[in-house]
Amino acid sequence: MIVAQADGDPFVRWDWIWGHLDLVWEKVLEHLVLTGIALGIGLTVALLLSALALRFRKTYAPITWVTGIAYSIPSLALFAFLVPITGFTILTAEIGLVSYTLLILIRNVVAGIDGVDPAIKEAATGMGYTRRRLFFQIELPLALPVIIAGLRIAGVTTIGLVTVTALIGQGGVGFFILRGLNRFFSTEIVLGTMLSVILAVAVDLSLLGLERILTPWSKRTGSAT
Amino acid sequence: MIDFIGDLLVWFTENWDGQDGYLIRAWNTIRLSALATAVAALIAIPTGALLGHYRRFGVSAVAVVNIGRALPSFGIIALALPITIRIARNVPDGVPIFGSGLGFFPGFIALFALALPPIFTNTYTGIREVDPGTVEAARGMGLPEGKILRSVELPLASPVIIAGLRISAVQVVATSPLAALVAYGGLGRFIVDGFAIQDNIQIFAGALLVAALSILTELLFSRLEKRLVPRPLQLVEEQAAAPIGKPVAA
Repeated sequence: MIVAQADGDPFVRWDWIWGHLDLVWEKVLEHLVLTGIALGIGLTVALLLSALALRFRKTYAPITWVTGIAYSIPSLALFAFLVPITGFTILTAEIGLVSYTLLILIRNVVAGIDGVDPAIKEAATGMGYTRRRLFFQIELPLALPVIIAGLRIAGVTTIGLVTVTALIGQGGVGFFILRGLNRFFSTEIVLGTMLSVILAVAVDLSLLGLERILTPWSKRTGSAT
Repeated sequence: MIDFIGDLLVWFTENWDGQDGYLIRAWNTIRLSALATAVAALIAIPTGALLGHYRRFGVSAVAVVNIGRALPSFGIIALALPITIRIARNVPDGVPIFGSGLGFFPGFIALFALALPPIFTNTYTGIREVDPGTVEAARGMGLPEGKILRSVELPLASPVIIAGLRISAVQVVATSPLAALVAYGGLGRFIVDGFAIQDNIQIFAGALLVAALSILTELLFSRLEKRLVPRPLQLVEEQAAAPIGKPVAA
């Protein structure tokens, strides 16, 4: 079906959007699921690798080097590398999306924990905290603002990248952008782009809210952008 | 596995020349990316420097970064198409750049828009972060404002500005393959066409070329940084590895 827009057609046909709200909702949910999985797995892997890097300092450079390379490969190329192996699947999308979150998350976890005041750590050790309890009950909570700052950037970046996965048959709201391009239908392109921006802002604000709830002691206004 | 590598090598020996060869397409990608970054720099550096010097619109710098990050590059490329097609309709035939509104024109507009924010923000922040004492000293010595900006603030801010240029250039090169979707004959064609005809060899070869180009860009700019920035001003390892999310500042 070709909905090529004629010369006089408006840039955005709102009636088309109102008529397709079901599809919009479905794609928004798909977008959020793709993003959620990527952030969840990304954060888990990043925490494990950061723990390794913090315990064995020598591993930090190679870890950032490898994740840095993954980060600098253009998204389309990264998905293209995976397609011959994993095909047009959600797995291809998620491997790519997760690998983009790692560098940002690991850097912020390590920097956050490094930034914990040594005096606090010493006080905790003096009170008899074991290494493990020190990490989970002192260092990790105090590093949360920096970690969540990283999570916010990873989240906003991932929302944008998910649109690209439309090219490998996934895509969330990127579906509209690609179909709009193929049919020369600007309404869908605008719709997909605007939805992606709205989702990015929503994810950013929710994570900011999460930070407020998790770190009630910090009175900072969200300065980490 | 061995077969795949063999096929890949054959692909690289068979597809290098001609209008659809990877040499021409690589050149097209480089041309488009370089032009978009250069024009963005020509606009963003003077604007950022002036606003930074007069310390105006401080909020704008932060807002620009945030908006830039939230806009999906795929959406920007796609959005450029209906816009350029509309413009091209109103331009008389035969004006080379606009063409039919496909290919180079939308690719350029989109990549230019993507290149602006990092250069602008880094220039603005770089100039603002220059030690006010140094600027005061220059003013006390009777330097006119323009001279202060050119001879004191810009050199001191150069590491941050060049870092912004690098971020933009790398981002532009990374996004440029998507221009294949608006019918531009760059390296992205191999991937996008490969997806369409399910040709794994061509997809993989295209990915290799695109990745190689973006890594080369990264290397080129880190070289440039070492060359252009006076040694005492170069960002040291620790600053370069600062947590992401704070405004870039030297």
